[in-house]
Order: sequence, then structure tokens, then C-alpha cells
Amino acid sequence: MKLFTFLRGEAFARGIHPPEHKGTAAMPITRVPFAPRLIVPLSQNVGRPAKPIVKVGQEVVRGQPLAQADGFVSVPHHAPVSGVVEAIRLNPTSGGLWTESVIIRALPGSPQSVEWEEPVDLDQVDDAGLIAAVQRTGIVGLGGGVFPTHAKLRVPKEFPVDMLVVNGCECEPYLTSDHRIMVERAKDIMKGIAMSRRLLKNPRAIIGVEDNKPDAVEALRAALPPGGEVTVESVPTKYPQGAGEMLIKTLLNREVPPDARSYSVGAYVQNVATLAYMGALAPRGRGFIERVITVAGNAVTRPGNYLVPMGTPLRFLLDYVGAPEAGVEVIFGGPMMGQAVACLDAPITKGVSGILVFRARDLEAPPSKKSFPCIKCGKCVESCPMGLNPSTLGMLAAKRQYDTMADNYRLGACFECGTCSYVCPANIPLVQQFRVAKQVLRGKPEKAA
Amino acid sequence: MSVEIRSAPHIKADSGVVKIMRNVVWSLLPICAFYIWQYGISALASLVVVTAACLAAEEFFLRLGRQSGDLGDWSATITGILLALTLPAGFPLWMGAVAGFVAIGLGKAIFGGIGHNLFNPALVGRAFAQAAFPTAIATYTPSFMPGRFFEFIPSSLALPFMTPADTTAWAASHLDGVSSATPLARWKFEGVLASNWDLLTSLSGHLAVGPSPLLILACGAYLAWRGYLDWRIPAAVLGSAALLAAALYPLNPQHFPEPGFVLFSGGLMLGAVYMATDMVTSPVTPRGMWLYGALIGALTVIIRYSGGLPEGVMYAILIGNAATPMIERVTQPPAFGTAPTKETKA
Repeated sequence: MKLFTFLRGEAFARGIHPPEHKGTAAMPITRVPFAPRLIVPLSQNVGRPAKPIVKVGQEVVRGQPLAQADGFVSVPHHAPVSGVVEAIRLNPTSGGLWTESVIIRALPGSPQSVEWEEPVDLDQVDDAGLIAAVQRTGIVGLGGGVFPTHAKLRVPKEFPVDMLVVNGCECEPYLTSDHRIMVERAKDIMKGIAMSRRLLKNPRAIIGVEDNKPDAVEALRAALPPGGEVTVESVPTKYPQGAGEMLIKTLLNREVPPDARSYSVGAYVQNVATLAYMGALAPRGRGFIERVITVAGNAVTRPGNYLVPMGTPLRFLLDYVGAPEAGVEVIFGGPMMGQAVACLDAPITKGVSGILVFRARDLEAPPSKKSFPCIKCGKCVESCPMGLNPSTLGMLAAKRQYDTMADNYRLGACFECGTCSYVCPANIPLVQQFRVAKQVLRGKPEKAA
Repeated sequence: MSVEIRSAPHIKADSGVVKIMRNVVWSLLPICAFYIWQYGISALASLVVVTAACLAAEEFFLRLGRQSGDLGDWSATITGILLALTLPAGFPLWMGAVAGFVAIGLGKAIFGGIGHNLFNPALVGRAFAQAAFPTAIATYTPSFMPGRFFEFIPSSLALPFMTPADTTAWAASHLDGVSSATPLARWKFEGVLASNWDLLTSLSGHLAVGPSPLLILACGAYLAWRGYLDWRIPAAVLGSAALLAAALYPLNPQHFPEPGFVLFSGGLMLGAVYMATDMVTSPVTPRGMWLYGALIGALTVIIRYSGGLPEGVMYAILIGNAATPMIERVTQPPAFGTAPTKETKA
């Protein structure tokens, strides 16, 4: 079968190779100081917002729960700093929407060395107890999915999982936070893998790491548990390798059918950072109160991989890394799929894996970036990892034939990786149009069957 | 205090329509130079006049409005150069100008400009010339004529609506014993085959041909390497033409030429590399490109073998263009996740 592996290529089909810009890859994780005021939104993830359990004026210890989960698909939030609850009020988030948030004034002069914890012996609890322990940490999918991790661990019984795919690809340009976590916290990742395997009835596990991170592969291999049930695989560097479906295809040559979840092909994907925090926090009963974030981009004076307390105001962080606050574009996430920040008064939340700051003038559209009609060069068709036809989809979108897009050209399969827009020589905003189309279709009542 | 907000992706590949078109023009320059070396000032004048006519037409229709594109996108320049290369070097200049205007007007502008045309504009112009000026377009002269850099081929300077001067007698008076007929016409009407090597290089024998197929291949390879041309289409066109020619050859070796002659004669190489690959008028789907190319190659051979004219590339490509929307419809890429699962590792 080796011969056919060679013929088929080592990675998923199509995809692109944008410039990597991973200049921060060798920079160790360093801690960011605490801001005088931290803002913890009650809704930071998929699922119901948490319910506050503290009162205004109350003193809280770093790591103490501020809000508890409201139901199963919901997570608690914890105090990122020892201080006083100053207010519970509406505060803008990165998208510009205002959500209810707990504002904490940090105690000046506190060393912030104390941390609230409620250790549990995970070997003594049953699976439900383990899932509850994970829920208590408040962890959500840190790769950007922000789906509560404990809820994802409850895989329906009719789908036996035979492979835990650990996603260490970090295929977005600029981002290196997962890379540093793999290098510096491989042991925590292994603990997270052990917990996940236990809940998934002990499938094998493969950690997929793109081959531009050989030091991460080495660090992970050194930390592997004995027995060979967990392995590390170096996969070709190619965008969007970090999309779960693509990594499953590369590692297992299984294709997740449209509209299905990865466990329908027996695979369960989890991001390395999520597993590292799960492994570190769940046994000690600690809350997820800080995470590693890559701060980079050409407007940043001191780029790096920073351990940032949740709720740190964006302005405080930009000031700390020496980035201007005007005439810039600030992006939460990577440059391919990340979201532009609409409001700098927003806090850092659990789903932020990277913060990129670019000078706006570098993003100004030069004459060569003017938009043309589609010249049907086929580059998008050649690059789309899902095998869609963005060229035709784009022409349909321009005519607002959204139903045709969904019914005849599988718009629903698009996971908005941005590859089509990236390669388009005519500068047609393809994926942007697809987002609009999907949004419009979501608003439409379901068609009668 | 302002922040920019854009919708992802926030970065973009270093490419662009203008860059693609400009590279195509650059890759055509060696071909033009060789063509001018073959035919002298007549070829130069033809290239300049036809291209200028195309640019003038583009500007005219842009000024009329409701058009996308501009002269700076180089697309009309490509049309002009390609159209000139498909015409005989001594094609009357005024006819070339008319053909150029028609190429842009009927081939592109009426569809709405760049990106919207169904047919390759250069070939629309040539099809018009074929219909309007059937004698002139079939009148070739030998290449490498003595004095070609100082003396026009007499037909070039024909006045509008006047019968062009007779080039056969002119050629015979300059060079004895060379034919003014193209190798394809000589095969079709006289049963004489030129050597493959001479056809490929176009260097010896004063052949009445267009630019060297070898040079066209080299320039096309450059474009394919830079990613500005999809190699599948020329591969499919040449492959299917060669296969069909090879299959037909044993049936009647006296009548049918061998595959090498089919590939290297006439306009097949220029058509396969530069015209069939026109992005706008060819399929976007990889499987569609194969099908489209194969169709063009096969049609070329069929038209050449059984048609009344010796050449068939132009009609083959125009038919391929017409079939493109249908080909795309049946060759949509396979959906991710619908292929049967084949396990390799684990």
C-alpha cells in the first residue's frame, strides 16, 4: 500500500502554502502583567452564558468561580486575578456587541500567587465525574471552535471512536502559541490525551504536527507514554491542514461526509492547547484563567508568545507589546480565518489564540488589488480543500442565487477557510460572499420537504 | 482613533489578473521576435496594426460604458498579438485592422468585456477574417525571403477594398522553386509532407508557416511553470490529436499524415498553448479541462482530414469554447467526503 500512499500524496488534496511568518516560533512563553481592571464576559463560547455567582463589591481570589455553568452545554468562568468585583454590567466584545461582563479591579500590590483550586483524584471518579471535572475548568475548544470541551467529550454511543486525532498543525500563518505549548508543555498534553482516551474508551491517538515544527515533534515524542498507543506524526505543512476534516484525511485517509461529525468516521479531533489545559487544570480543580496567545504582525514592536490573563483589556495588551491603537487592523486569530476586532475596549476571551496587528496602510488596496470580473482561471477550484467550485459559487452569489448555491454547488460544505479568496487573481471576495449567502439562507425558513 | 475592519482572509496571494496578462504578453514577445525574423517588416507591421486596432476597439467600447476592464489589463494586447500570429504575414494591413476591431467588438465587448466573453476574441476575429477575406487569409508567402527587412510583402499594403497584389509571382521572382503554399495545404492538395523537424523549428526550407512550434512550446512551458497557464489543456489537445492521428494513420498511410505532422503543422501548437488555454473561455474544473482539450484535439484532426480547408484548429477551439459551459456542468469536482473510505494507516 506504500506505493499508493506515494501516488496519492501525503496530505489532503489541494490547499495552499501562504507565507508562514512564524517569526515568534522560537520565543518562549512569557507572562503578561495584570491589567488594573479585567473584564470577564459571561458569554465567551458556544452554548448558554454562565450565571454570575458573585456580588458587586465582593472580594475574589484568583481562580475563584465568578459564574457557574447554566446547563450542560455551558461552562463556568473564573476570576483571572485576585481583586474586587467592581461591577457586573454590559461591556463591548471584539465583534462590537455588548454582553454582560464581570469587571474585576485587581488588588494593587497583590503578588497574585495564590490560586483557588479544588483538587480531585480523577482515578477515583467515574466518567460522568471526569466530564464534570473538565466542565468545572471552564475549558472550551481553544483552536477557535470555542465549543465546551466537556460536552464534546460526550460522544454518542452509536459512534465508536477508534482514533483520537490530536491537532498540532497550527496551519495559520503567524500563529505559534500551539507550537510553544507543544514544546514547553508536552507533559500536560499527554495528561489531556490520557483523560480523553479514557472517556472515548481507549482509542489509539495520533498527534499530527506540521513538519515546519520539528522541535515540537521532538518534544512530544520525548513525552509519549510507553505502550505505543499514542504516536506523533509529522504531516506536510499546508493550509488548511489544521481543519479537523483535513487532518483526519491526511492521517487516516478517512473523509468525513458532508453534514456529519468526525466521530461518524470513528475519529475524534482535539486541539493540543485544549488538551494541555485540560491535562493541567482538571486534576487540580483549577479554572481556565489564562492562556498562551501569539501576538504578532508588522505593527507590533515586541511580538511573542504571551501568557495572557483572560479578561485583559485589548488596549492594555496592545500597549504592552508596543502596538499603535489607531490606523491599524487588529485580528483575533490567524490572518486566514481570524476576525477583525471592531472595538478595542473588548477583553481577551477564551477563544483568542492569536492577536495580529497590521498597519492599515499595508492593507490598503493597491491598484493591482483592484477587483476584476472572474476570468475563470480555475485557481480557486484547484485550491479548495473541500473540492467545491468557488468560481461558479461566486458568480451565483453575485446574482444572489443563494438557493442554487446550496442545492447544486454544496455551499454548506464550505467551512470558510478563505483559500479561494486568498488565491483569486481577480480579487473577488469569494469566501466573504459565501458567508453572506449562508447567513441569508440561515435566516430563511426551511423549505417544505 | 480608528481601526480597520475587514472580513477574513486578511492576506492575499501575490497574483492578479494584470500580472497574469502581462506575463502572457511577455511570453509572447520571443514568439513575435522570431515571427518578425521570419517575415520581416510585414510581420512587424501586421503585429503592430492588428494590436493597435484591438486596443483602439477596447478603448472605444470602454468609452461607450457598461464594460469592465481597461487597456492597462493587457487583455486586448494579447488578443491583438494572437490574432496577428494566426494571420498570414502578408495579410493586408487594413483587413488586419478590421479583424482586430471585430475581434474585440464581437468577441468581447458585446458580452460585457473581460471575463464575460464566451469565445476566444482573437479567434472570433480570425473567423470573421476567414469569412470576409477568404482569399487573403489563404495566401501565404515563404518565410526568410531575401530583403524581408526592407521590403513589404506586396499584399500587406493593399488599399482598402482593392484586390491585393499577387504574392505568388512576387515570391517566385525573389526566390526560385519555393512554394507559397502552407505545409498543410501542400499535404491536403498536393500530397506532399514537410519534414517534422523543419516544421518543429520552422528554421529551414522557406516554409510558409507561422512561428516555430518549438518556440511556442518553450514559451508555454514557461507560463505553465509560473502558474499562468494550465498545462492540462495543451496536454489534452496535443495528446488527443496525436492519439487520433496515430489511430487513423495505419488505416490509410497514403492519405493520412503521421501524428508528428499533425502536431507540428498549421496552427495547432499556437492554438493548443495560447488559444485553447484562454482562461475565460475554457473550463475551470480540472476534469473539464481534460475533456475540453481532448475535444479540441479530436475536432482539429477530423476537420483537417475531412473538411474542405486544410486547417481546423480555429473551428475546433471555437466549438470547444461553445461546449465549455456544458463541460463544466458535467465535470464539477467530486465532493469531499463522498468518496468511499479507504483506510491506509492505523
